[in-house]
Amino acid sequence: MLASPEDMLTADFPARYRAVCQHLSVAKGRRYTPYLINYLNRLVVEGHRLLYRHHNNLRRSLLWFLVAGFPSVVRSNRSYVFIAAALFLLPLLVMGIGCYSNSELIYSVADSASVHSYESMYNPESPVLGRERGSGTDVAMFGFYIYNNIGIGFRTFAAGIFFGLGSIFFLVFNGLSIGSIAGYLTQLGYIETFYGFVSGHAAFELTAIVLCGAAGLKLGFSLVAPGPHSRADAIRMAGREAVLIVYGAALMLVVAAFIEAFWSSSRELPLLLKYGVGALMGLLLGAYLLFAGRRVGT
Amino acid sequence: MMTEKIDTRYRVETPEGIDLEASMAGPVPRVLAYLLDLAIRFTAILVIFIVLAVLGEAGMGIFLFLVFMVEWFYPVYFEVMRGGQTPGKQVFNIVVVNDDLTPVTWNSSIIRNLLRTADFLPFMYLGGIIAMVVTPGFRRLGDLAAGTLVIYKDMQRPQKPLSKVVGRAPDFPLEAEDQIAVIGFSQRHGDISAERQKELADILAPVTSVTGDEAVGRLHGIGNWLLGDRD
Repeated sequence: MLASPEDMLTADFPARYRAVCQHLSVAKGRRYTPYLINYLNRLVVEGHRLLYRHHNNLRRSLLWFLVAGFPSVVRSNRSYVFIAAALFLLPLLVMGIGCYSNSELIYSVADSASVHSYESMYNPESPVLGRERGSGTDVAMFGFYIYNNIGIGFRTFAAGIFFGLGSIFFLVFNGLSIGSIAGYLTQLGYIETFYGFVSGHAAFELTAIVLCGAAGLKLGFSLVAPGPHSRADAIRMAGREAVLIVYGAALMLVVAAFIEAFWSSSRELPLLLKYGVGALMGLLLGAYLLFAGRRVGT
Repeated sequence: MMTEKIDTRYRVETPEGIDLEASMAGPVPRVLAYLLDLAIRFTAILVIFIVLAVLGEAGMGIFLFLVFMVEWFYPVYFEVMRGGQTPGKQVFNIVVVNDDLTPVTWNSSIIRNLLRTADFLPFMYLGGIIAMVVTPGFRRLGDLAAGTLVIYKDMQRPQKPLSKVVGRAPDFPLEAEDQIAVIGFSQRHGDISAERQKELADILAPVTSVTGDEAVGRLHGIGNWLLGDRD
């Protein structure tokens, strides 16, 4: 068996690797025995693996990614982001207005049990707001939001490989269901409880879902219109860039889950403060995505 | 000449001008490795659940967080940190590599594992299995998007000693290809059953003009002679 990679990578490793390569071509050229050729081939494969490994410096580049990499990759893919935003927001608005003016409409996307649970969750009359809870419950909800929301984000991205159709489905579907709940609860007059709850994390959460959808659309579009590349190459290049957007969106969803579990759920905080913080979050996020890392470039 | 044959060899040319070869792993070992990993993951989650159940609601939060991590990043961790092999892949001796046969990176491993959820569709990884069967290199959708490949980890079998037959020069002409075939036959005699060896040797009956055990011995003799036993 070979020694561990670190022991192997001595200064003369490239020279020794080339020597083995030469042995292999000589062995092949002279038709030496299959055993010998297999053995040399295996040595060359192992050497190749050590010598040509791709840079794996995720940790070193994390700071760069946060400061410049993520916002610039979002900006350079803004057409996908706009399309994804439209696919999410238009159904959301239409369904929101629809459910606001005709409360029956919500039953076209949700069954009566879940409508009832939304209602009781945000009912201002109820002594405890939906999941009113101790700090243990906050932690439980944090875990749940991570598990559920980031899972949704990942699926929204991955489903994009079906020519973008899966991402479109998830964006429209999420838009419809969020819009219907918002419209329905607004029409009931549960404004303070509902908007007070969602305002803090909405900017991060909704933007992150849109970004995951945009990444999925990029993946799918590379199959629809691969340009001058083969589809195999096009999807690989699109994937490499799209996954950066997904990393950023996942981090945003972690932030959103944190806010949602430990801030949004609080009832003691004054409503105006919650709205104010929500608006501030939205502004900061917008400014970050628009301007961060512009000078550094890609 | 080799590329015209249908086989599961995968070739990459290195900058040194050498063709590297690897054997691609098909759906069966990969599905089995997946099932083993699934069992390991399930057991891990069960253990975590039992341990954290003591902590009440906060424990459930941590539990859900860990379920999320295990569900999405169990393969990523092992593929990147353990040389391309999850425990299941290790058992079946297969390994994930980039398609230039370099080790997988974080990016490619994360892409191929995020896209598991697309491969799962419509149910039970049917989409992924169909993709594996129809694409060159047995790639599921995640492999296509990440540019990865699952290959067998090459195990060098120890070379068994040659048969004891005394070397003898062939009494008929042998081209280079024929010589390699005969040498291969001699070197692999320990891996092939006696019956199969007879069958193979009998094919050459028209030139060796012997059959059965005698033909096998004759070929081994020629092989040993070609390998240097020329006293």
